[in-house]
Amino acid sequence: MPALRWIRRNLVVIAGLLTLAYMILPNIVVMVFSLNKPKGRFNYAWQEFSLDAWKDPCGVADLCGSLSLSLRIAFWATLGATALGTMIAFALVRYRFRARGAINSLIFLPMAMPEVVMAASLLTLFLNMGAPLGFWTVLIAHIMFCLSFVVTAVKARVMSMDPRLEEAARDLYAGPVQTFVRVTLPIAAPGIAAGALLAFALSFDDFIITNFNAGSTVTFPMFVWGSAQRGTPVQINVIGTAMFVLAVLMVLIGQLITSRRKSTARN
Amino acid sequence: MSATAAPPAPPAEPQEPREPVLRKPSTRKRLVPYWLLLPGILWLLVFFALPLVYQASTSVQTGSLEQGFEVTWHFQTYVDALREYWPQFIRSLLYAGTATLLCLLLGYPLAYLIAFKAGRWRNLVLVLVIAPFFTSFLIRTLAWKTILADGGAVVDVLDTLHVLDVTSWLGWTEPGRVLATPMAVVCGLTYNFLPFMILPLYTSLERIDGRLHEAAGDLYATPATTFRKVTFPLSMPGVVSGTLLTFIPASGDYVNAELLGSTDTKMVGSVIQSQFLRVLDYPTAAALSFILMAIVLLAVTVYIRRSGTEDLV
Repeated sequence: MPALRWIRRNLVVIAGLLTLAYMILPNIVVMVFSLNKPKGRFNYAWQEFSLDAWKDPCGVADLCGSLSLSLRIAFWATLGATALGTMIAFALVRYRFRARGAINSLIFLPMAMPEVVMAASLLTLFLNMGAPLGFWTVLIAHIMFCLSFVVTAVKARVMSMDPRLEEAARDLYAGPVQTFVRVTLPIAAPGIAAGALLAFALSFDDFIITNFNAGSTVTFPMFVWGSAQRGTPVQINVIGTAMFVLAVLMVLIGQLITSRRKSTARN
Repeated sequence: MSATAAPPAPPAEPQEPREPVLRKPSTRKRLVPYWLLLPGILWLLVFFALPLVYQASTSVQTGSLEQGFEVTWHFQTYVDALREYWPQFIRSLLYAGTATLLCLLLGYPLAYLIAFKAGRWRNLVLVLVIAPFFTSFLIRTLAWKTILADGGAVVDVLDTLHVLDVTSWLGWTEPGRVLATPMAVVCGLTYNFLPFMILPLYTSLERIDGRLHEAAGDLYATPATTFRKVTFPLSMPGVVSGTLLTFIPASGDYVNAELLGSTDTKMVGSVIQSQFLRVLDYPTAAALSFILMAIVLLAVTVYIRRSGTEDLV
């Protein structure tokens, strides 16, 4: 019975770890199948170990082109959404003005709407305007749906900022520009960075809105979608694994740097 | 005005140049928020609000792609769309609702674990929750095809445990297979939206003062009572935003239904997509997405009212 009692006492931990396993399982499968050598077109059953795909990740036509296109779109979308979103967040937190409520709902609505609805309505607009679908329509769409998320992330940070720090800077004869660059921006930076990171991830991974508004332009998620019908090359698993490993490494390095900075600050 | 201003002429003189200097920055200051808002709000108005207006007008148009569409206030499109595609609507809401419930049941223990039990492992577990995000979600969803494949380990285990007999009887799976059944689609939806449930839950759990748990214990509350009376009510904001962040995107999703399901598990998102991009019947597609939007907004409003948390996000 002690085993049973141990299980009962740690029920939350066991359930939580099972959920974690459920979340990680597909990533492990992706990793394992990046080392597979499939017999037919489909990479769904294990055949034999091979490093071929890792040696030649760009060996499939259009794959790396779509990847670099997605990276370029994500970069510009992040830049646009972060700039516009940060400005909105500052206006909403720091100023009282009319139409604040209306603007808050306008920011909230894109997050409270199924993606297909936004995608379809945006396509209606582009068709009515006769805009050629491609890089620019995708970029416009990505900035649009990333904006709300950036505003939310930056708002949270700016709201917890102490306005007295800026008053102190002004009392010490810092000009408005100097106050903003040397005091406000460094304090708000983590929120802005979080918003930018979120925008990058959302834009890079977006499928539904891109699917509607890309025309014949092929981003990386659209390449994966298309290949699911034709037969997925192993290289897709290689890129998925590389992204996962790179992200985990980056987070770990970031952790290491902040913890070291903290310990040096303490000494 | 000039009568009162005339006698104290000397002090009025330095005041005059100072006054406009004082007024100028204040009017400029009043305009600052509007200048900050202008570009972003304009973007949302042109590329989010205006498209919805265009779509509303498209939904009451008739015509064809060759002859062009015209606004004829043909509301019959809505009736026809609903009559033809109501099974897809019901299915979408059912799948999204089930996935949301499963996300809550699976996500809560993990969020609780990170907030209260993880200790120095907290950051590592958080990284593991967010890390799957970095592999494209389409690639991860395709991985479920391998995991749930016919004759795979998961299906074999479920079959030997006679779980599949029960689920097949309920109509969730087919005998001997999981892929291309409702269960596979719900499994994919649950998987894809779990982080959207866990992160808000974690943030609201983390805010809870640990002393409240001690206080409940001091007052002879069992762990279960403490959870029911203290922890869960205090985590309500996280529960509400988590369920919304899961349910709304899940109800419009068509990726899981297409990749993991069959023609019998099509959700309304697939219908909108094919009407828009393949059939090119824009009025029906617009009407369908308006009905979906109305249902979701209605459900969200009722839910927020019921749960009593007005402050979102």
